[in-house]
Amino acid sequence: MAEKIRVLLAKPGLDGHDRGVRVIAAAFRDAGFEVIYTGLRQTPEMIVSAAIQEDVDAIGVSILSGAHMTLFPAIRKLLDERQADDIVLFGGGIIPDEDIAALEKRGVARLFTPGATTEETIAFVREAVSKRGKKEDIM
Amino acid sequence: MFEKRFLDNVTDRKKRWNRDAQAVSTGKTRPRFITVSGEEIKDLYTPNDIAGLNYDEKIGFPGEYPYTRGVHHTMYRSRLWTMRQFSGMGTPKQTNERYHYLLNNGQTGLSVAFDLPTLMGYDSDHARSLGEVGKCGVAVDSLADMEIIFDGINLGNVSTSMTINAPASILLAMYMAVAEKQGVPFEKLRGTLQNDILKEYIAQKEWIYPPEPSIRLITDLMEFCTNHVPQWNTISISGYHIREAGSTAAQELAFTLADGFAYIEAAIRAGQDVDKFAPRLSFFFNAHQDFFEEIAKYRAARRIFARRMKEKFKAKQERSWLLRFHTQTAGCSLTAQQPENNIMRTAFEALSAVLGGTQSLHTNSMDETLALPSEKAVLIALRTQQIIAHETGVANTIDPLAGSYLVEAMTEKMEADAEAYLQEIEDRGGVLKCIEDGFFQREIANAAYRYQKEIEKKERIIVGINDYVMRDEKLEIPILKIDEQVEKDQCAFVKKVREDRDNDKVRRTLDDLVACAKGNGNTLKAILDCVRVYATEGEICDALRPVFGEYVEPPII
Repeated sequence: MAEKIRVLLAKPGLDGHDRGVRVIAAAFRDAGFEVIYTGLRQTPEMIVSAAIQEDVDAIGVSILSGAHMTLFPAIRKLLDERQADDIVLFGGGIIPDEDIAALEKRGVARLFTPGATTEETIAFVREAVSKRGKKEDIM
Repeated sequence: MFEKRFLDNVTDRKKRWNRDAQAVSTGKTRPRFITVSGEEIKDLYTPNDIAGLNYDEKIGFPGEYPYTRGVHHTMYRSRLWTMRQFSGMGTPKQTNERYHYLLNNGQTGLSVAFDLPTLMGYDSDHARSLGEVGKCGVAVDSLADMEIIFDGINLGNVSTSMTINAPASILLAMYMAVAEKQGVPFEKLRGTLQNDILKEYIAQKEWIYPPEPSIRLITDLMEFCTNHVPQWNTISISGYHIREAGSTAAQELAFTLADGFAYIEAAIRAGQDVDKFAPRLSFFFNAHQDFFEEIAKYRAARRIFARRMKEKFKAKQERSWLLRFHTQTAGCSLTAQQPENNIMRTAFEALSAVLGGTQSLHTNSMDETLALPSEKAVLIALRTQQIIAHETGVANTIDPLAGSYLVEAMTEKMEADAEAYLQEIEDRGGVLKCIEDGFFQREIANAAYRYQKEIEKKERIIVGINDYVMRDEKLEIPILKIDEQVEKDQCAFVKKVREDRDNDKVRRTLDDLVACAKGNGNTLKAILDCVRVYATEGEICDALRPVFGEYVEPPII
């Protein structure tokens, strides 16, 4: 029996739109994940430190302010610097397609936009985390 | 409302009709018939559903207590609602250009959107502003920016709404300082500040200070405006954000009214006369998609407010009893998929606001789930209002849905549900206690989760999301992008402002403000002195932060 998947949900930047992240938190809990929600206005530094401290499998970042091109790369960079690159980084928000493509190239595993279902998000996390597990076994 | 014999007859016929309807029924188009808020709706409403309604007490006439049918005697026959598109982006100069564009196209009021650093009280060059400058609205650091935003616009001739909350006093002070420079007296200024901090703790979450000092800033502002800026609407008590965060219609109504009553109580406690300040309070509601439910919400809102103002707060002036409101169509109802469909969604929502008797209206642009609206999208949104006003005929008569068995029954139900919430809030110790305990936040989060589950279970169909989906859809509308250069330019500009001004004067006025905040002086007056000498928003907030403290949200699961 696999251990419970642990996910840190985070809201960086200044925007306070937390409807989406709260819905995701509730859905993840119902799906049996362990969820840690950071609350609002976390810096990339705070998010990465919390993720490492809580030993999570994945970080889900919600941004609706338009600052995604600054904040996602900052989080990715810190994860890599601290050898925490096994943590799956994904996110959601109002993010134009071209930015999604650019961010996915820069190490964000997946970005969900308005209209995504909680089910797809849950399925994504399960799969991404289990794949990552296999990679670790081989290593 | 009706004679008993007539009602008995209707009851009998309804029973027969029910049988016949069941006999010919070929099934159900949906598993449950519920409103957007999850309320069950009956198949048919009849006089029996409003049998207990007293026309004089509950419905009455427009412009007369309890104002269910509208706050004015003549409503849109003598004056249409104000068409007010909320906008602002990038630099002050870009925003100024957009305002000239909107005014030249027949818009009748301005509405300023500020960027997140401005909403949170940080200057553009603050570390926390990184990546956010000019993104969700226009960046304002000092009076110099406001001078540019309103360049070529006579503040004596427009009404301006400013969506700003925690630092509202500062932005109003800047607006007043621009007016001074234009030679426009404060008495001639017309407009609205959002200035509703309670809903920030509840839903929108752009706060700076804890509730108590925040409320003092608000009551100081109310007092100053009563005496010096008499035409200014001092607070726009907002349900919009509560609804966007996922609440039901009844929650939006009740939580917003509860906030409004809390401000009124605070101002009365501060020694102000209810009839002096109440006429300058206004409300701001969301127009969501459930057509009749929304109309019921606006009608119930007026009725509850009038009764409380008259009976509980003992306001004597009729003007104090009127719930005047602005409406914005529901951003959260828009879809990123097939975004052109948002034009129709917005039109229906706008129509409900008009049928509900709104005083002003913002119609969302089709592209707002993707980015800030493009010029073309904004124009279509504005044209939507003009079509409703001039082509559909709905503005010809006042409160046309009054007397509808459904609408009157829903208005009654909405009122009862809101009253029950108001009672619960009181029983739980009032608005501030409920914020502290996370009551509102929890109720809203639960409603949002239920709504999402209804969509995922297909109990609720959203076109383009869980039905009528188009695979491999190609986006064919223009997307506005904010150039990363905006942030650099704005940072350079605020640095230059700090170099060019008289820094001794800035220091002195900021010291005076701190002394005022520690004592009992009027904070808005002191802030006005600071902005006149180009103290920045961030500097003013930083002066107040140690005095007032900073708010930390209680953890809510």
